[in-house]
Amino acid sequence: MAPEPPLLSMSGITKSFPGVRALDGVDLDVQAGEVHCLLGQNGAGKSTLIKVLAGAHQPDTGTIHWRGEPVTLRSPIAAMRLGIATIYQELDLVEHLSVAENVHLGHEPTAAGFVVRRRAARESTAALLRRLGHPEIDPGRLVGKLSAAQQQIVSMARALSHDVRLIVMDEPSAALDPDEVDNLFRIVGDLTSDEVAVVYISHRLEEIRRIGDRVTVLKDGRAVAGGLPAKTTPTREVVALMTGRNVEYAFPDRPSRDVSGNPLLEVRGLSREGEFEPLDLTVHPGEIVGLAGLVGSGRSEILETVYGARRPGSGQVRVDGRLLKPGSVRAAVRAGLGLAPEERKAQALLMLESVTRNVSVSSMSRFSRGGWMDRGAELTAARAATRELSLRPDNPSAPVRTLSGGNQQKAVLARWLLRGCRVLLLDEPTRGVDVGARAELYAVIRRLADEGLGVLLVSSEVPEVLGLADRVLVLREGRVVHEAPARELDEHRVLDLVMEGSPAS
Amino acid sequence: MTQHVSPPRDGTDKTAPVSEPPAWRGVLARSDVRTLSLLGVLAALILIGGITKPDEFLDTRNLQLVLTQASVIGVVTVGMTFVITSGGIDLSVGAIVALASVWATTVATQEYGFAGILFTAVIVGVGCGLVNGLLIAYGGMVPFIATLAMLASARGLALQITDGNTQIVTVEGILDLGERDSYVLGVPPLVMVFAVVTIIGWLILNRTTFGRRTVAVGGNAEAARLAGIDVRRQRLYLYLLSGLCCGIAAFLLIILSGSGQNTNGNLYELDAIAAAIIGGTLLSGGRGTITGSVLGVLIFTTITNIFALNNLQSDVQQIAKGAIIVAAVLVQRRTASTT
Repeated sequence: MAPEPPLLSMSGITKSFPGVRALDGVDLDVQAGEVHCLLGQNGAGKSTLIKVLAGAHQPDTGTIHWRGEPVTLRSPIAAMRLGIATIYQELDLVEHLSVAENVHLGHEPTAAGFVVRRRAARESTAALLRRLGHPEIDPGRLVGKLSAAQQQIVSMARALSHDVRLIVMDEPSAALDPDEVDNLFRIVGDLTSDEVAVVYISHRLEEIRRIGDRVTVLKDGRAVAGGLPAKTTPTREVVALMTGRNVEYAFPDRPSRDVSGNPLLEVRGLSREGEFEPLDLTVHPGEIVGLAGLVGSGRSEILETVYGARRPGSGQVRVDGRLLKPGSVRAAVRAGLGLAPEERKAQALLMLESVTRNVSVSSMSRFSRGGWMDRGAELTAARAATRELSLRPDNPSAPVRTLSGGNQQKAVLARWLLRGCRVLLLDEPTRGVDVGARAELYAVIRRLADEGLGVLLVSSEVPEVLGLADRVLVLREGRVVHEAPARELDEHRVLDLVMEGSPAS
Repeated sequence: MTQHVSPPRDGTDKTAPVSEPPAWRGVLARSDVRTLSLLGVLAALILIGGITKPDEFLDTRNLQLVLTQASVIGVVTVGMTFVITSGGIDLSVGAIVALASVWATTVATQEYGFAGILFTAVIVGVGCGLVNGLLIAYGGMVPFIATLAMLASARGLALQITDGNTQIVTVEGILDLGERDSYVLGVPPLVMVFAVVTIIGWLILNRTTFGRRTVAVGGNAEAARLAGIDVRRQRLYLYLLSGLCCGIAAFLLIILSGSGQNTNGNLYELDAIAAAIIGGTLLSGGRGTITGSVLGVLIFTTITNIFALNNLQSDVQQIAKGAIIVAAVLVQRRTASTT
């Protein structure tokens, strides 16, 4: 052990949210002047950990030492006073304020205690921007008019406007071009030579190799490895740490079936500029096709475009051979598509309404004559659909918001079951669903496929795609980089593909 | 540099137990509580009226007057309830009532008699609603702004038509409807129209696909769209409906006042919104109650009547109204959080 204490030492940090333990005894040591990388799959707990560090979340248990002294980070301001700054993935800038106003937001240089010294604010902002290698950004310009990369620089300038000892960067390269990434790395290098520590979060292993000193790997809310050397640990070992499961999901058996008949869903050359490149895919009756990829790989955008919720730039979607009107959800629903979107609460559920009404919302014309609802028939049919999926509680008039995540997802599936949908588009179907309920959902999805539905499944959890799908398309940055039957792929291979674009040897 | 690799713990407790949904009390039960409390407030008001002015307040004529006054704003509020339930707002109702009432009472229109007046009032209302609906649903305008623009221009047009003059109705039959001779079993025809509009409104909101779609659009427009509902068309229909209600209200107002004026329907938008909100309709959309709105209208009209009978000025009335809105919303928030 080094004689002097680390700059930051977090130990035994736990944090639970309703229904999920996001952090389960995480340790993290950061030395002054190092770049410490955090790695982990989606949902591994990275975001929660940095929010604890930023004072935005309070840990349930655990201790935090700062320069050897125990501290409590009660609020973002408390963390900032210690010298901890965080640059979030979604930048937290005020678009209608100028660069200088954003940089000094909350700690404006003042005269007589309240008059903002605008000139002083501009000058110090300009100095910070020069230091960051972006003297071309005008401190007086509105932040909303800057590019994403420039906004990131402003965010960094704001961090540096405090006397900062540690900067947390959450996927800072996600929105940047390659030469902007180079500039980012130069800034990181400058910072660390000033003995500032950087906690760097990224999905991209090659970045971590370039600038990282040490790596901590998070998985299922635990630090499965702390302080690995970033440059020399083999990729294979890092990937194994990220994926090594300690929760076994029970996937239903995959029937061996010939799917050479006519496709149910046929997508040809579908694209949207800036989101994903022209894509071909087919889904046959009884088949589950998986799209594997990281956040930002265009997965959700593809599903929503197939569904008509986004207007495609080019390409066609056919259901049962019939061409769909592009950009029309109603045409898609009529043709037999059904979407279970990623953000269940925001995009699928009517949270004030009962289960029945959530289930029947897409099939109202079936239960009405001249616009008049036959509530008896509606209730009977909705109950039949929810019972088929064993939705609990078995109470059709329960408000949908009182249901657990898994049962809310079943309500969405029941909606499409009732509608008589032919192709289900599932976007992260088990997000926010606890482990026990997952196996049940998997069984439901497989059974629906066995009954002749086509399923197009998107998930950032590679095991889920591999365990459930018959065929897998691997996406990276809006492009299909690989397609193969699921049984010919394994998790390491897919992770190599989604992170590096080519299988690592 | 330290390096340690801890083996994954054998964890089956990764997920904290999800608590079962709490023992659940029906949506119906909660809305019943709300309706009962509104009825309680109304009963208390009637009690106050009966105590302070026993002879005048409980007089049949006075009660008929209260209900008649409630009818015009009540019809507007039914339409407003639909719009608010869908997550929208219609600030132009008062101006539409004014425009419809003056357009329907011009000399030219009156030549077509009773039917001409009724037809014109309704068509002007629906026409204004159509413009609102197109701007909001297909023009992508925020309802607040689109209907604010309609408020300004409809009032302006009403002033232009009348030149500030009161247009007296001379058509036979119209004024008779306001007379006591036309009351059926003591119920004025205006009140009957209000009752019919209320019942139809309740049925549409609670028993038809139109009502379901309204609630779905207000509760979560994105979810409604992804569920295959034509959200834009629904929004268009809702502003048409509100315009239709304004047209009917304008016709009732013509009967009541025997004239058309460009100052008609002044601040109806605020009264209708206030009545809907204290009735339990969510301003953010997704929940609406016609029963509550009608009770809200009756509460406000009764207060106005009691204050007038007790010779209290309208400034005091306004203050009391404001206090009631605040109290009602605070009480609702409390009941919402405890259930």
